[in-house]
Amino acid sequence: MSPSVRLQEMIRVIRGARTQGEERGVIQRECAAIRAQFRQADNGTRSHNLAKLLYVHMLGYPAHFGQMECVRLIASPRYNEKRVGYLGAMMLLDEKQDASLLITNSIKNDLSHSSQYVQSLALCTLACMGSAEMCRDLAPEIDRLLRASNSYIKKKAALCAVHMVRKVPELGELFTPAARSLLSEKNHGVLHGAVVLITELCERNPDTLEQFRKAVPELVLMMKGLVMSGYSPEHNVAGISDPFLQVRILRLLRILGRNNDTASDAMNDLLAQVATNTDSSKTAGSAVLYETVLTVMDIKSESGLRVLAVNILGRFLLNNDRNIRYISMTSLQKIVQTDHNAVQRHRGTIVDCLKDQDASVKRRALELSLALVSAVNIRSLMKELLLFLSSCPPELRAHTTSGIFNAAERYAPSQRWHIDTILHVLTTAGGDVRDETVPNLIQLITTATELHCYTVHKLYRALITDISVQSLVQVACWCIGEYGDLLLRGECEETEPVQVTEDDVLDALETVLQSHMSSPATRGFALTATMKLSTRITHNVDRIRSIVSIYGSCIDVELQQRAVEYNALFKKYDHMSQSYMHIVVSEEGPKNGQTPATLVMDCSLCYRTSSGTGAPSLGTRLLNSFYSQAIRLLNT
Amino acid sequence: MMHFLLLFSRQGKLRLQKWFTPVPEREKKKIVRDMTTMVLGRKPRSCNFLHWKDLKIVYKKYASLYFCCGLDAEENELLALEVLHRYVELLDKYFGNVCELDIIFNFEKAYFILDEFLLGGEVQETSKQVLSRSIEASDMLQETMEEYMSKPAF
Repeated sequence: MSPSVRLQEMIRVIRGARTQGEERGVIQRECAAIRAQFRQADNGTRSHNLAKLLYVHMLGYPAHFGQMECVRLIASPRYNEKRVGYLGAMMLLDEKQDASLLITNSIKNDLSHSSQYVQSLALCTLACMGSAEMCRDLAPEIDRLLRASNSYIKKKAALCAVHMVRKVPELGELFTPAARSLLSEKNHGVLHGAVVLITELCERNPDTLEQFRKAVPELVLMMKGLVMSGYSPEHNVAGISDPFLQVRILRLLRILGRNNDTASDAMNDLLAQVATNTDSSKTAGSAVLYETVLTVMDIKSESGLRVLAVNILGRFLLNNDRNIRYISMTSLQKIVQTDHNAVQRHRGTIVDCLKDQDASVKRRALELSLALVSAVNIRSLMKELLLFLSSCPPELRAHTTSGIFNAAERYAPSQRWHIDTILHVLTTAGGDVRDETVPNLIQLITTATELHCYTVHKLYRALITDISVQSLVQVACWCIGEYGDLLLRGECEETEPVQVTEDDVLDALETVLQSHMSSPATRGFALTATMKLSTRITHNVDRIRSIVSIYGSCIDVELQQRAVEYNALFKKYDHMSQSYMHIVVSEEGPKNGQTPATLVMDCSLCYRTSSGTGAPSLGTRLLNSFYSQAIRLLNT
Repeated sequence: MMHFLLLFSRQGKLRLQKWFTPVPEREKKKIVRDMTTMVLGRKPRSCNFLHWKDLKIVYKKYASLYFCCGLDAEENELLALEVLHRYVELLDKYFGNVCELDIIFNFEKAYFILDEFLLGGEVQETSKQVLSRSIEASDMLQETMEEYMSKPAF
């Protein structure tokens, strides 16, 4: 029985195991057998045993006892044993293992082997797991192979050199001359390796970069040859001649043309040619076009070319292939700051992509839409964003809400629009907004004095519809507490007024207080609002007192404390004027959820009330102490 | 460059793993777990590109196998799809209508083919014909060697 059948037999047995335990048993037996075989003298089955061990390793079982066997097999003169030995080295050894140093000598010998396939094994392993010392040791060998060998070896040596430069950047100087001469090769494999090597060298060393700029005309000619050549069966992929090489040349040109006018000028025509002549109906062509666009946008290209590039991205946005839409948007994201107007032209298509099924595409479309918001398009774009918010996936909601708020803050055409937008967001996705939204909104409402009536009406309507969204409920409670008198007056210019009685308003606040959906913070807002209303309504003060006294024995400590203090106020200052009580209520200090900003705001409202009712000296005294509290808070 | 290439089945069983950077064994297992969870969790007609840490992940499903690779951030994703496709074509040519079982029972050959196509995380040969010829030649060398070894010594 030929040994390799035994490998397949073992695989069959392992796959036949019905349980994890059975599999483990089989593998343990096999490993024991393999270990025993390793200890024996050479019997011609070593490579097959190692192959079995590698299979077991891939299933996730430990295989470190095979490391020395790899070293032994690599040193063997037989090709089949070397092959499996090197494979084992790449799978079981890495540069951190001590055993890897032991193969350095074998690799060195094999690099000069008479058979190119043995040389190839050594090169492959070196490029896969060569440590820094190994690279330093063997760099001269690689340099020799870069200059004098056949194309099969040259292409591998080039990529091996790339690995070495990544591990030991100083080796770049050693390889630069050889890399330069490789550019005149005809073999595509060697050319590809040379371009990758030169790219790596230029990225690491600015002097080398300067040197290779002189090669731009040569690279341009090479690229032209590929683009304009007829059908080449050997390198053709979907009508494109060697897209792999084309993309690498374009990337190298990008690095060479960056920040350099002369180099960029030299490649302008070529890039225009590639952009117009490449057929992008299949992925290969799109890959080349994509790389061309990236290059155009990164070098100092003329404006006509840039517009062409952005239009290509715009065309990509309309492509049926989701992948192409995705990369189009990632590219547009990179250039939206520098070429804002060009990208704006494609806003419609980008906004349409918000409705795409794919989550990655949606995310990209959202980022891009937010970047495209401007004073000119804020109204229409916000409509689309709000529509998106109502159906967007949960993981994007927080990002969408904060994006919408930022955009609204920067470009709001009017305060009413701003307030409407924030309220819309709170109604749709109030659970996913940032914590600062509530105080920020309160501040906004306070400054929009002409809209107090409108705002309180809107918020009251929202409150009686739904009290599950905490942020919305908190703002609504605060607003009703502050402007409840406007609500009760029953008239409003901006919107249809509601006909409510004081009982209705108190009902709404009580519902919030009693609902199990309300968080402690929300209850705090509702209680404070109820208390504030005692100075604004006339008929139902008793009801307010009873509500407040109930909460004097509430389990929540914060709520209890407030209720008790309010109760005390009611009792102690019964005979005092409305305005005084108003001031005193606010003097209680910062409430839960009140930032120093809103505190100062409350304060100024009190001052106005106190001046109006003719008790200025009293008001001023209290106010001064209150102001100093506020200042203290602002300074913490 | 490509950092790694993984092949796994619909059930998450690993069929091939190639690492082009030094990664500790435990880290490798974690990456494999992350990749299988992420890729297998994708909806059928999703985009083939993902982000994971600072790498771009490109994956494609061929019959019952997922081909998944991790790339540097400046790599061209569309070209990576072509690279994966080229590897599948090479396997197909070698095994003749390749299926998952071929790769399971001949995993070492799948690795040998991969090592002729990619080196150090980069493409080393862009011509299908040249690649097929060198794979055949290496196999021939191996067979002659095995034949030689199985003959009685004299």
